[in-house]
Amino acid sequence: MNESIKQLKVSAIENGTVIDHIPALAVFQVIRILKLDKFDNMVLFGTNLESKKYGKKGIIKVSNKFFADEDLNKISLAAPHATIIEIHDYKVTSKKVVETPEQIKGIVKCFNPNCVTNHEHVSARFDVLDKEDIRLKCHYCEKITVKNNMEFK
Amino acid sequence: MKNKSLVSINDYSKEEQLKILEIAKGFEKNPVQDILKDHVIASLFFEPSTRTRLSFESAVSRLGGKIIGFSEASNTSVKKGESLRDTILTIANYSDLIIMRNPIEGSARFASEISPVPIINAGDGANQHPTQTLLDLYSIIKTQGTLDNLHVAFVGDLKYGRTVHSLVIALCNYNTTFHLVSPLELKLPSSVKMYIKERKLAYHQYTELEDAIPSADVLYMTRIQKERFSDPLEFERIKNSYILSNNMLDNTKENIKVLHPLPRVNEININVDTNPKAYYFEQALNGVFVRQALMASILGLS
Repeated sequence: MNESIKQLKVSAIENGTVIDHIPALAVFQVIRILKLDKFDNMVLFGTNLESKKYGKKGIIKVSNKFFADEDLNKISLAAPHATIIEIHDYKVTSKKVVETPEQIKGIVKCFNPNCVTNHEHVSARFDVLDKEDIRLKCHYCEKITVKNNMEFK
Repeated sequence: MKNKSLVSINDYSKEEQLKILEIAKGFEKNPVQDILKDHVIASLFFEPSTRTRLSFESAVSRLGGKIIGFSEASNTSVKKGESLRDTILTIANYSDLIIMRNPIEGSARFASEISPVPIINAGDGANQHPTQTLLDLYSIIKTQGTLDNLHVAFVGDLKYGRTVHSLVIALCNYNTTFHLVSPLELKLPSSVKMYIKERKLAYHQYTELEDAIPSADVLYMTRIQKERFSDPLEFERIKNSYILSNNMLDNTKENIKVLHPLPRVNEININVDTNPKAYYFEQALNGVFVRQALMASILGLS
């Protein structure tokens, strides 16, 4: 808690969302998933920051943007322990850890090149078998996509 | 089961599977009936298959149904770039039921979601082939009198063989003891073994065929393909150790039956064919009755 307060002081945003506790390697992935690379408002990010709890971590601050639950679900696939902090008027108004949903649709590609979702106009759908060490079972080809071969749409 | 597509063996509950096997018994006694005479069945084989296609077509013919379709995709609109969605939506207009084999994995599930008529998956790539599983279950219950508490040995390519995967998963409902015989490179994948472990069933793994035979009630042989091996020398080393010959059946259980999804290459010596313990050709015949039963159930005609 002290740690996050300290960081908020360093580069505070007036209104918006702070995504904290992102694994250092996943920061750019989260930026892509949320399409922040095409976002108009101010976006601050840092990576390879020291964290007592997580080793090296990343953080993203987005001005004047509050994310819907669906976006938070997407974040959870790349950063299962990310904390979402909402800021209004420089004050923390809510703080929660992302939750990985039981099923996901249209966010991730099936890694199997021979899967129908990579051939026809149909969104890939998955059952989440493991939320910690992400394992996704394709609803169509029944193959399992894991973190290492996960590709976001 | 009326109008219920069969894509993956788990789409049907244990009770539904047993019901199909029960109905199949009736067709075995009386295989020629004209219950499909007012029906058109589409048989869409996007890749060649001899056994499965002819078995389905034989089942339809013996029930008096009409078949439309194709046995390979090369002369069809697919070649012109038509999507599977369009092919299915069009052919569903012409038929009451679609049987489909397609090399694209998940294609049958996709088809079942968009098609107004039921789909039977006759194989989608390396994924599922549920009618093979039903005929395997039928062959086991017919020869053993039960599906419960049996010792079933699976031999050969347990890694890539989809018939093995589906049958292992289906047998997890029947307190089966599994004997898994394969080269180290072709062991049963952990995603399938997971089902055995979830049910807390016993399984034993072997690399020598002789070690598994004595306890088996059913010996399920499969073909080992050379292209599965990263090291061709390894294939040369092991290829002869998974060949079943007649003398190996001498001191086995009286009730043991040898099954094989076919085609066989050399993994069962032809001198086994006349042994009463060999059952693979009857097994293929059972496929016709099971497919008759399945179509009748889906169309609500039984």
